[in-house]
Amino acid sequence: MVPLWWYIVLGVVLFVIGAAGVLLRRNILVVLMSLELLLNSVNINFIAFGHYHDDFRGQIFAIFVIAITAAEVAVALGIVVALARNKSTLKVDEVTMMKG
Amino acid sequence: MDQGFFLLFAAASVVAALTLVLARNPVHSALALMACFLQVSAIFVLLEAPLLAVIQIFVYVGAIMVLFLFVIMMIDVREAVSQRFLPGSNLPVLVLLGLLGIEMLVLVLRSDRFSVAEPVAMRTGGEVRQLSKTLFTDYLLPFEVASVILLAALVGAIMLARKEPQ
Repeated sequence: MVPLWWYIVLGVVLFVIGAAGVLLRRNILVVLMSLELLLNSVNINFIAFGHYHDDFRGQIFAIFVIAITAAEVAVALGIVVALARNKSTLKVDEVTMMKG
Repeated sequence: MDQGFFLLFAAASVVAALTLVLARNPVHSALALMACFLQVSAIFVLLEAPLLAVIQIFVYVGAIMVLFLFVIMMIDVREAVSQRFLPGSNLPVLVLLGLLGIEMLVLVLRSDRFSVAEPVAMRTGGEVRQLSKTLFTDYLLPFEVASVILLAALVGAIMLARKEPQ
């Protein structure tokens, strides 16, 4: 039987890698993909805790996280397409329209 | 047996995640993310959540990654390949991330709440039925709200990606 903290450590490692991708990468598409990785590592934690405490709510929460992630990706990729059409750049440090 | 499979899938998912962050080409990143999602769905199978594993493959690998690949295909990404990371010093971010990871690991490993891992009693099957009963009775309102959110996201994505009328 795999102990619970192995799953949590895996979640931590994936979360840190995903956060590094969000904070460090320059390409906006890779930033979005790293965001997916962050949400997925949280899902691992939800399901692991739900399994070890014999509770369904972890899985139900994970289902909602997946649904919201799908919505988020659809809107984010729409924004990326509009950005590439209007500003013709994909670098996050060149998109400073909202900077005061 | 279980531990060996867990270590295999966990190592593969971490390698795939590192490839995602370090790859130069966004297409390689997308493929690495797809591999990582497959490993994570195998871990869901180890956690006896087969429904979540299938949903993971359908939604992430089947829908979201195809969406990503289509967008990468539509947009010319060659100009973004040259520089992987943000210009300037990234040292503070790395230190912050290291501290965050160490903090989480210390909190997890030093707490006795997480280390007690008694194996739960094996269920006799029919968990998907129980799960769906819980989902459609106790969590019916959040379920409907999620569907409305998906509809709103659909309309919003179409409006955002549409060409402006002249």
